[in-house]
Amino acid sequence: MKNMKRSVINLRNFFLVLKSDVRLLIGVSILIVFIILGFILCHFSPYDPKRWGQVPRDVPPCWSYPLGTTSLGQDLFWLLTFALQNSLVLGITVAAVSTFTGVTLGLLAGYRGGYLDEITTFLSDVFIAIPSFPILVMLAALFLGRIHILMLALVLCLFNWPWPAKQVRSMMLSLRERVFIETAIFSGFGTIEIIFREIIPLISPWIFANFINTVLVAIGAEAGLATIGVSSLEEITLGTMIFWALRYQAMFMGHWWWIAVPVVTIIVLFIALFLIYLSISEIFSIGGFKK
Amino acid sequence: MGDTKLWGINSLRAFVKYLVRRIVLYVIALWAGLTICFFLPRLVPIDPVTVILSRVTATGAFIDPETYANMRKTLLYLFGLEGSIQEQYFNFLSKAIVGDFGVSITVYPSKVNDLIAKALPWTIGLLATMALISWVIGNIVGLLAGYYKNKIMAKAVQIFAIAVYPIPYYVLAIIFVFVFCYLLRIFPLFGSKGVGFKVSFSLDFISSVIFHSFLPALTLFIVNLGWWILSMRALTINLSEEDYVKFAEMRGTEKKIILNKYIFRNALLPQITQLTMAISTIFSGAVLTEFIFSYPGLGQLLWMAVSSSDIYLLMGITSLSIISVTTSALIVDLVYPLLDPRVRYEERHV
Repeated sequence: MKNMKRSVINLRNFFLVLKSDVRLLIGVSILIVFIILGFILCHFSPYDPKRWGQVPRDVPPCWSYPLGTTSLGQDLFWLLTFALQNSLVLGITVAAVSTFTGVTLGLLAGYRGGYLDEITTFLSDVFIAIPSFPILVMLAALFLGRIHILMLALVLCLFNWPWPAKQVRSMMLSLRERVFIETAIFSGFGTIEIIFREIIPLISPWIFANFINTVLVAIGAEAGLATIGVSSLEEITLGTMIFWALRYQAMFMGHWWWIAVPVVTIIVLFIALFLIYLSISEIFSIGGFKK
Repeated sequence: MGDTKLWGINSLRAFVKYLVRRIVLYVIALWAGLTICFFLPRLVPIDPVTVILSRVTATGAFIDPETYANMRKTLLYLFGLEGSIQEQYFNFLSKAIVGDFGVSITVYPSKVNDLIAKALPWTIGLLATMALISWVIGNIVGLLAGYYKNKIMAKAVQIFAIAVYPIPYYVLAIIFVFVFCYLLRIFPLFGSKGVGFKVSFSLDFISSVIFHSFLPALTLFIVNLGWWILSMRALTINLSEEDYVKFAEMRGTEKKIILNKYIFRNALLPQITQLTMAISTIFSGAVLTEFIFSYPGLGQLLWMAVSSSDIYLLMGITSLSIISVTTSALIVDLVYPLLDPRVRYEERHV
């Protein structure tokens, strides 16, 4: 009961914050539109997105095909909804798994110390030092453009957990010295209780900002791999949309709408995610950003 | 005061500890990266020896078994596939450290080294120049935008940075290709120099190179610029609220001196650390940008390796990327204590 009350208050606070910060409002609204497009509207698609020749080829945007059609006979609007869904699922999965892993390890390492701390710090330092992109390209290239999207997500997680782990650990170290934690320990709270009731609420804005940033990084990494043709090319993502448009020379054949749709969507989506990240960071003074 | 205090016994110990820790981390990251590089291709069933031999037999030429066995042996040697997996592994590591990555499959028997050596100067030239220029300009613009944060220009700069930073390199590159090469037709679509130019120090050659690499350079510059402006602005705003800056302002110290000596120098240090973190991102961005502009650097080579599944070329490029990114990060981190005296006598976590 008590917990429920707390979350209601948080939700109301969230709307208040949303109203006061224009940039956050813009970011969240754009994200909501994309989520509706990708997760609700795509179920109303009249065509199977993976099949070709469903609609006339190379039609510029018009009333019946609002975003035009591709040279393969796909309706770009419905294609886009599926691409958004896959890209967002990938981004959110990677962000959720790597943030969860990183935060858990960081909390344990910072709180417990000892061997666990040494190992976590060491591993995260090593993973931060290794450049992920060349390894991703190599892995994806070995699968000849048929890497499973889950496999890709897994590898992206491998390279995205160290940063939250490192940051949460150092936050934990400084929080552990505070008086209220000592009070909690002397009041007989257990480790788990302290972490969940005292620490998590304090670092949750940081966790959320990191989550949003990782969504952006993951979608961007997949799209980058797809651009050179080494992602999961059978799946429809924002990146593979760009790949096929480039492959069929959409730009130079004058089919600008084919390449413009994924490009503009990626830009708008990324700016929206970044606006959310930036305004959360500013509201809670994370990473040197201040309001 | 003076050097005796900065370099006291305790400080020296802390400094040595910092150096040792950083170098150990470098060696282990390098080793881990190269190990991944070695074992990944062995998880997929592509046998380069069979690929090349089948290319020969596909021509229909008669080869007697002895020659065939000899060719096989030579190829196994060239690709470093002799002996047990441990032997191959140590062989690979010892060769990779001195920069020997074997021969390419697609353009057999060219050495991977030669291919990379041809591409690398273009990439380094483009990447290093643009990374530095955007870092310098971004820091200066960010400093001014942070200090005069209420001016209209500063707000415009902030909006520009927010709008530009999240755009991925390859997306901006596509937009530039579309606008400048297709719509306006000002810039050439591919290459790094005009057709038929030989590498020389003539004015014609240099201007041709600048003309051809203008768009890739602009892409790298703009995306990088966004982040440096944003982070420098945030640092400047934080610093200008510090007491010593407020005091200097009240004392009537010249604005120029406050900006330069009180804020800029202090804000520059975290920006140098950020540069280490950014090297890897800038590198991958540069590779993708080169690919979009068909610029003859590593990006183009990577595309060739990927599209013809040339494992050895791929391994070479990946190893080289790992070596160069980790090494340049190490260099920045080693230079850092020279710039920031605090590291010299305080314990600092790498």
